[in-house]
Amino acid sequence: MLWNLFLFFLKIGFLSFGGGYAVIPMIRYGLISRGWIDEAAFQEAVSLSGMAPGPIATNSATLIGYRIAGWAGAAAATAGIILPSLLIIICIALFFYKLRHNKWVKASLYGLRPIVTALILISALHYAFPIGFGAAFHWQTAAMLLICAASVVSLLKYKHHPLLVIAAAGIAGIVLF
Amino acid sequence: MKESRAALLLRLFWTFFKIGPSTFGGGYAMIPAIEREVAEKRKWLDAQEMSDMLSVAGSAPGGVGVNASAFIGYRLAGVAGAVAAVLGIALPTFLIVLGLGLVYRLMDGNPKVEAALLGIQGAILALILVSAYKMAKASLFDKTTTAIFIFSLTLMTITSFNPVFAIAAGLAAGIVCIGIKTLLGRRISTEKQRTSHTPGSSYYLEYYI
Repeated sequence: MLWNLFLFFLKIGFLSFGGGYAVIPMIRYGLISRGWIDEAAFQEAVSLSGMAPGPIATNSATLIGYRIAGWAGAAAATAGIILPSLLIIICIALFFYKLRHNKWVKASLYGLRPIVTALILISALHYAFPIGFGAAFHWQTAAMLLICAASVVSLLKYKHHPLLVIAAAGIAGIVLF
Repeated sequence: MKESRAALLLRLFWTFFKIGPSTFGGGYAMIPAIEREVAEKRKWLDAQEMSDMLSVAGSAPGGVGVNASAFIGYRLAGVAGAVAAVLGIALPTFLIVLGLGLVYRLMDGNPKVEAALLGIQGAILALILVSAYKMAKASLFDKTTTAIFIFSLTLMTITSFNPVFAIAAGLAAGIVCIGIKTLLGRRISTEKQRTSHTPGSSYYLEYYI
């Protein structure tokens, strides 16, 4: 199991263009199709990753590894997702200036960026509606979306610190629910 | 000589060790802290190198924070430096996130905690949407990119299309589209034209790739 976890996150690591929330749908797809974790546990892992300091994708690998196989699982998953970064960056650093201005590298990134944007939105959709649209549209979901809208305004318009917004949303949650 | 190398590795480790726990909101939130420590305080890289390095760190697979630390570590002290920097950035958040998970387990079922977490879900959703918005600003600037975006979003919403294939398709689509545009002799821009900066705004793009 540890080896499988390591390999799974290693593969994710090599493909994790865009980092962070863009990687979440990929992790989710792999985990759920393998039956390693259910939707609720995955959503919980994404929540905790976003609350904690540090990179989101690495944080969720840690939590999911822990959830599946304890401390050793957390270490295996984290090592798996980080190792490709290390290898790729060392390779890029060796050929740094040649690669950066290559026309075809630029062309592939040109096609990749919209996909990454879509992936981030997909992870937002899965996160907001873990059991699918419309299915039991609860007042809680509506309240959560309201908090979300307020947080977006606070982050974009007033440039509040993410930690402040998270804390405020937590308090709003205690008051509302 | 040998000792100063060990000292450099230790300093790399410690510099990135301090950056991790102080940055909330994912990889891109780390950038200003990395810039402050690495370019301003320690003068390990100058501003131009820093900007080049960040666009590479953002385009390569992997989190931008981890990539940037690997890059800086490598530039300063080779492979050992890269390993020291990455360990430094990964270790504290690894422990913190596990601790947070444990605390959450202990308080599982507490109604106050459950309520707070429901509220926090709203904020996390907002953080995801904000990063999608920033990415969209940097990536959707012509008809082709908008079409790729809408098509892939629809496909992944209504079917359970494997995101790994979407990534591969995006790389291929970029090469094909630019190839066709080149053949047609169109003017090509593969990156959004930078508009002039408003004073006080960040020097760096908020999202790369």
